[in-house]
Amino acid sequence: MSLRRLQAELSHRLAGALALLVLFFSIAWVLIRALGLFGGTGNLPQFIVVTLNGITLAGLYFIVASGFTLIFGLMRVVNMAHGSLYLLGGYLAFRLVQQQALNYWLALVLAAIAIGVVGLLMQQIFLRWNQGQDLRQALITIALSVVLADQMIPLFGAEAVTTTPPSGLGGSIGLGISGVRYPTFRLVVLGLALLIGFGLWFGIKNTRFGMIIRAGVDDRAMTSALGINVQLVFAVTFFIGALLAGLGGVLGGTMIALAPGQDASFLLSSLVVVIVGGMGSLAGAVIGALALGLVDQLSGVYLPTGYTNFSILLTFALLVFVLAVRPTGLFGRR
Amino acid sequence: MKLTGLAGWLWLKRIGLAGVGVIVVLVPQLFSTFTASAIGLQTLVLGIAAASLIFLNAVVGMVSLAQTALYGIAGYTVAKLAVEQGVDPWVAALIAVLITVVVALLFGALASRSEGIYFLMITLASAVIAYYFFSQVSAFGSHEGINGVAPPALLGKPFVDPTGMYYTALICSLLLYGLIVYVRRTPFGYALQGVRDEPVRMRTLGFNVPMLRMAAFGFGALIASIAGVLLVWYNSNVSPGAIDLTRTIDLLTIAVIGGLGRIEGAWIGALLFTIVQTYSPQYTDRFETLIGLTFLAVVLASPGGLAGIAIGLDRWVRRRLGEGLERHGPGQGRADAG
Repeated sequence: MSLRRLQAELSHRLAGALALLVLFFSIAWVLIRALGLFGGTGNLPQFIVVTLNGITLAGLYFIVASGFTLIFGLMRVVNMAHGSLYLLGGYLAFRLVQQQALNYWLALVLAAIAIGVVGLLMQQIFLRWNQGQDLRQALITIALSVVLADQMIPLFGAEAVTTTPPSGLGGSIGLGISGVRYPTFRLVVLGLALLIGFGLWFGIKNTRFGMIIRAGVDDRAMTSALGINVQLVFAVTFFIGALLAGLGGVLGGTMIALAPGQDASFLLSSLVVVIVGGMGSLAGAVIGALALGLVDQLSGVYLPTGYTNFSILLTFALLVFVLAVRPTGLFGRR
Repeated sequence: MKLTGLAGWLWLKRIGLAGVGVIVVLVPQLFSTFTASAIGLQTLVLGIAAASLIFLNAVVGMVSLAQTALYGIAGYTVAKLAVEQGVDPWVAALIAVLITVVVALLFGALASRSEGIYFLMITLASAVIAYYFFSQVSAFGSHEGINGVAPPALLGKPFVDPTGMYYTALICSLLLYGLIVYVRRTPFGYALQGVRDEPVRMRTLGFNVPMLRMAAFGFGALIASIAGVLLVWYNSNVSPGAIDLTRTIDLLTIAVIGGLGRIEGAWIGALLFTIVQTYSPQYTDRFETLIGLTFLAVVLASPGGLAGIAIGLDRWVRRRLGEGLERHGPGQGRADAG
């Protein structure tokens, strides 16, 4: 073994050890401050709420990012308009619920399907004929996102809006631990995220279509050569991926808010989730979403006083650490 | 005298280029203060920023969307040093460029282990994070940014009399263009082009590919940071709005419209972008839509951008004019032999 390889191996190990150390230290730091160990004043209810905020946010991130990673995994298309689809889905449901007084769940389904169709059209018109030119496809979706973002301002306004949650879910429920109450709808989002995650995992693992997707991820040319209509599979996958973005938008528009700029922020979260978790991996998306959601929420509260507005740097640190240890993400393959 | 067509075309091209050169040099004298400042100066500055993006793509094959973040780092450094510490603008500019290059090398050390579309995603994520960072941290003025940055006395006030600033930007543009062309022809430049075309082979030949990518990224940051310094002097302020996602995409649009493969394309794209940006509000409120559609049209129709179209046109004309010559040449030879 040459000295150079030894050196590379060592520095790689060192980076891994360092990342683990930082992870351990961060968890210890948060726990010490939250539980008031070593003489500090803890605040358990706050810790529970912040952690739940992180986990429910992770649920939302997962719904959006799973669509992104599904499309990328199969087609190698980086859909830069994913954030725009998210925002458009949210706005559609907002209109349906607030102005047409439609039932929330019906609006959710309609908006999600509409966004799926928008995504499908996008793929059929702009992306189908230049398969394999990944940079060009990314540029095309960037251009589309610019147009969509700019057209949404006159259509839906520049003010932040929130969709009213369905009746009965707008309040909060007691958790039974030190009297903590928590918004019901956020827990519903988490439940839906789990359902979607399980559904995708089951579908990919056990159905014929899922088998074709797995085969396509591994070897597109061979799958096509076996007589499978790859174009149809691509179209359906893009539809599902876009639909998930739209669904996330509806839920996010109720859980957080809708405003211009949210498209960029959800594109960012999808990118970070798949870079951290590994492109095209569902399990990676779960881990990535959890890491991002928790870092997001915990850093806002548990960073030393005076440094809380540096919390975005921790998201960057997360990205950097994962890239240092595994350039292809935690679950990524070369 | 079959040569006249081709020679005429070449002369026409030379005269055209010389004419463009004269106009570019005389912009402050020929045009109004507004045009020289809003179109001329802005084109040069945005052109430099776009050149850093095009350099990375054309020479090393890395599409970086972090260039706005990098010029933001330079801009914020120069603004903070000049306004809060009272540092001389030139010294502040030098420090800003140095800091940006160091940051880029550190970041490049990590990001350059990824390739292609992964690299694009990582740089985009970092660019958006940089935007959030500058808009949240109060030491950098949060949403307001830092105002009242005075350019060096030598350059005057860009809005009152853009002459000094214009020539500074022009000299910077020419020097950086020359530098890029020069670097391309050094062994380092050839190694970078090798990395672009055959990274695996380069690795096998014993080149340190990540190191080369990192160095190239640092060089790109040098170009971007100069654009950042000029931009802050020109606007006399820096704010998160100057580095948000829209700006990142604007810069990408400039590079794509100009041509991702040709360095000259940076300034061509910047000129078109600036003209549309300045004059479109008279006709439409939806400037970004217009830019997005132009961007889309260029990507769909001509991935080489305007520079690609110009070169294609030149080749086409030369082939048309040259073809007569070629057909004539061998024919004559055969006749002689017969």
